[in-house]
Amino acid sequence: MFEKIVIANRGEIALRILRACRELGIRTVAVHSSADRDLMHVRLADESVCIGPPQSAQSYLNVPAIISAAEVTDAEAIHPGYGFLSENADFAERVEQSGFVFIGPRADTIRIMGDKIAAIDAMKSAGIPCVPGSDGPLDDDNERNLRLARHIGYPVIVKAAGGGGGRGMRVVRSEAALLNAISLTRSEAQNAFGDDTLYMEKYLENPRHVEFQVVADGQGHAIHLGERDCSMQRRHQKVVEEAPAPGIEPDVRNRIGALCVQACREINYRGVGTFEFLYENGEFYFIEMNTRLQVEHPVTELITGIDLVREQILIAAGEWETRRQEDIRFYGHAIECRINAEDPETFLPSPGTITRYHAAGGPGIRVDSHIYTGYTVPPYYDSMIGKLVSYSDTRHSAIARMRCALDEIVIDGIKTNIALHRRILDDRAFQEGGTNIHHLEKKLSL
Amino acid sequence: MDIRKVKKLIELLEESDVAELEIHEGEESIRIRRKRADEPPPPVYAPLPAMTPMPPTAVAAPAEAAAAPAVEKDSDIPSGHRITAPMVGTFYRAPSPGAKPFVDVGQKVNVGDTLCIIEAMKMLNQIESDKEGTIAAILVENGQPVEYGQPLFVIQ
Repeated sequence: MFEKIVIANRGEIALRILRACRELGIRTVAVHSSADRDLMHVRLADESVCIGPPQSAQSYLNVPAIISAAEVTDAEAIHPGYGFLSENADFAERVEQSGFVFIGPRADTIRIMGDKIAAIDAMKSAGIPCVPGSDGPLDDDNERNLRLARHIGYPVIVKAAGGGGGRGMRVVRSEAALLNAISLTRSEAQNAFGDDTLYMEKYLENPRHVEFQVVADGQGHAIHLGERDCSMQRRHQKVVEEAPAPGIEPDVRNRIGALCVQACREINYRGVGTFEFLYENGEFYFIEMNTRLQVEHPVTELITGIDLVREQILIAAGEWETRRQEDIRFYGHAIECRINAEDPETFLPSPGTITRYHAAGGPGIRVDSHIYTGYTVPPYYDSMIGKLVSYSDTRHSAIARMRCALDEIVIDGIKTNIALHRRILDDRAFQEGGTNIHHLEKKLSL
Repeated sequence: MDIRKVKKLIELLEESDVAELEIHEGEESIRIRRKRADEPPPPVYAPLPAMTPMPPTAVAAPAEAAAAPAVEKDSDIPSGHRITAPMVGTFYRAPSPGAKPFVDVGQKVNVGDTLCIIEAMKMLNQIESDKEGTIAAILVENGQPVEYGQPLFVIQ
């Protein structure tokens, strides 16, 4: 087992990783920017190293600084968390070249899955259903593009191959708008990702976002841990997630889960990962794979009893004891609300000092947050300051517990989206379950 | 002697019943002695800055105390212009082991003069002075790891 791990991230996920390390007796090194000296995990870590100024590009995205910090502290492995460098294949490669273990998949796996076209190709060969699409990059042949779109059927969506996570995409509803949309999206993609490769897919009007969690050891063994429903989104950002997905029967779960496991075996996947699908009219359509731990991992942990960060570390250390799919049990229902430091109406970020913080508690309540009374939320990073998770034996009860928790939690001094979460949890359609990815925005625009 | 090696020796000592350890390596030697109850604590190698006091709502501190930070109190550092580390790495006072240090306390320096080297990922980066003046203090030991923003020199 590792003796020392560098936590190359910040905020709530860095604290999550620190907790897993401490449980395993692994010493922790917290690398942080100069704006993050007072982060909770920095104060708890065995060692801390300031790696740069507040700007992410010079700190949390600064590859030499992070590797250098691992060198001077004699660490053995680096955990990248989510976001930042977690899906940067070059970083994974340089970490390994420098003699450290990257806690995650191999660099070439990350590279393939980061290229959305290549990922779809790989999934197709593994038998995973995909959205009908261009089956490859779009070229400059306008006639071909028009033909492709006619064949797929409007509306279509034009996507950047180097994008993902809701970025670099444009919906096209009629032929008249197609060519313009392609050239616009191309320039945007070039600017945002340095890669103007595009592909096209059928645009599903009212899908749900259902994703499957996998765990694999890089030696041919893989299991799935069921699905999560993350349809409650605003501008492609998830707001509320839950597991299991309402209305998904066990046989469907087993079928899609088995396909994901098979795909893991074929690409010899290592670590934890998530297969993202759009689910409409009873059909699953693969859109992309995330080769990292996800924000919403707690809901899966709660219904399976499996600690995903611990699994990651064990796999990376070569000490994962093979789990059999038959041993995975799903019990109960979990819901997660992402708490953001933002104005509940304008959604503008609201950094500042938390003058009073009081966590929710009680049976079935889990709080994954780094904030404390007196902590100042810096303006340099994304606005998520914690995750409030509820768990119970039924969905109905999990919702009730979450509503109580949202009333108990106190965060004074900054604005948060707690009021938005109360609205969502009170929403009749949400309570019935199965709302699609447009539901929240429609509700907010009313 | 490599400071990382020293740190490992200290850890070895702490984990065992050995009371005192002395090692000679060529010209260099080091003696490490276990702290006795009646002795003041020896300065412990600490690659990190002072841990600031925990907020009242934080969880309990880890059972084994982290290495006591060897911190320069601000009142001990002379006033003047501070040169801080622009990167993470290992601080060296000279271009190579055994060579003369780039600068010493009391030496006059000009803008652009090399003050030290910070080594990171096998590359030696020369850190230059951005101020003209006299070296009033050198705040870091040769071979010590430094973090971004850590004060290295005071120039008056």
